[in-house]
Amino acid sequence: MKRFIHFFIIMTVWLLLTWSLNWQELLVGVLVALFAELLLGDIFPIEGVRIFHPRRFFWLIVYFWVFLWAMIRSNFDVAYRVLNIYLPINPGIVKVRTKLTSDMGRTFLANSITLTPGTMTVDMIGDHLYIHWINVQSPDIQKDTEIIVRHFERILERIFE
Amino acid sequence: MSETIGYILLTVGIVFDVLGCIGLVRLPDVYNRLQAGTKCVTLGTAAILLSVLFFTGFNAISVKALLCIWFILITSPTAAHAISRAAHRSGIRLWKGSVLDRYAEDREGAEDKP
Amino acid sequence: MNVYIGLLILCIFMCLYRVGRGPTAPDRTVAIDILGTLVVGFCAIWSIITKRDLYMNIAISWSLLNFIGSLALAKYLEGRGFDE
Repeated sequence: MKRFIHFFIIMTVWLLLTWSLNWQELLVGVLVALFAELLLGDIFPIEGVRIFHPRRFFWLIVYFWVFLWAMIRSNFDVAYRVLNIYLPINPGIVKVRTKLTSDMGRTFLANSITLTPGTMTVDMIGDHLYIHWINVQSPDIQKDTEIIVRHFERILERIFE
Repeated sequence: MSETIGYILLTVGIVFDVLGCIGLVRLPDVYNRLQAGTKCVTLGTAAILLSVLFFTGFNAISVKALLCIWFILITSPTAAHAISRAAHRSGIRLWKGSVLDRYAEDREGAEDKP
Repeated sequence: MNVYIGLLILCIFMCLYRVGRGPTAPDRTVAIDILGTLVVGFCAIWSIITKRDLYMNIAISWSLLNFIGSLALAKYLEGRGFDE
């Protein structure tokens, strides 16, 4: 079942890329998808399949809009800092804690943090994320966790846990 | 109508690209440059690719543009993460005006133990 | 359209300034990574002008190859093997 879903995903991407229903294209697509599945099926994350549950999918759509809004805000934030003559930056690396356990949830969290206002993930060791912050507001771990991670984590918990 | 939306998106995208590159030139150290560059250039290029949908309508070109947006949104933060980690591990210090560096503290503590 | 292409070329020259002047190797790597993303935008504008999907194919493969290149440069800077 899991392998069939992988095959279906690869085939969909192939059809979108070629954008034709000629039988030669379809034949090559089936062969390539089977080959890729046999080679790489083991390292495909299991959580990738669980997203297709309707409730998780709904929260994924909600997450998309939250993420888009944060991303637009982050761009205006960076634009303000870059265009200001005095460069109002106050950078540093802070440490925050995450409650997520699944690999894919953590990947989404780290990538979202990188694309949101003034923060960028540098490394992850155990449960702790090290985040470069362009405008450090406090050196405290708990407070930074509240500010940076919490609003993403609430939604990501519902998608991946 | 859809051409107007396309031109607006294209203008927004190019403006953010230019701002990201100004940040790349102006900001003081690797990590700050990476912040400005990654965020602004990623959203700018995504906006340019989205404007393809409004200029050409829904066909092979715009579907490929949407796939390309997806790839960029996944790969760009991951590359930024890898570069910043490599920079820190290869011994590049933060800018002298930086406030704190928990990562260096923790890594030096870990290296002293064994 | 000419104005947009001119502004993108301006961006590319700013990146090239950082590639040339960058005091350390990670600075140059960052500039090369961003240069690749700008080329994707350039391909998109070119496909709007000519209305052919050839340029979008170039854009997709360029974005993926640029990602792999950045990862390889990062691993090289870190001074480790490529096995991890």
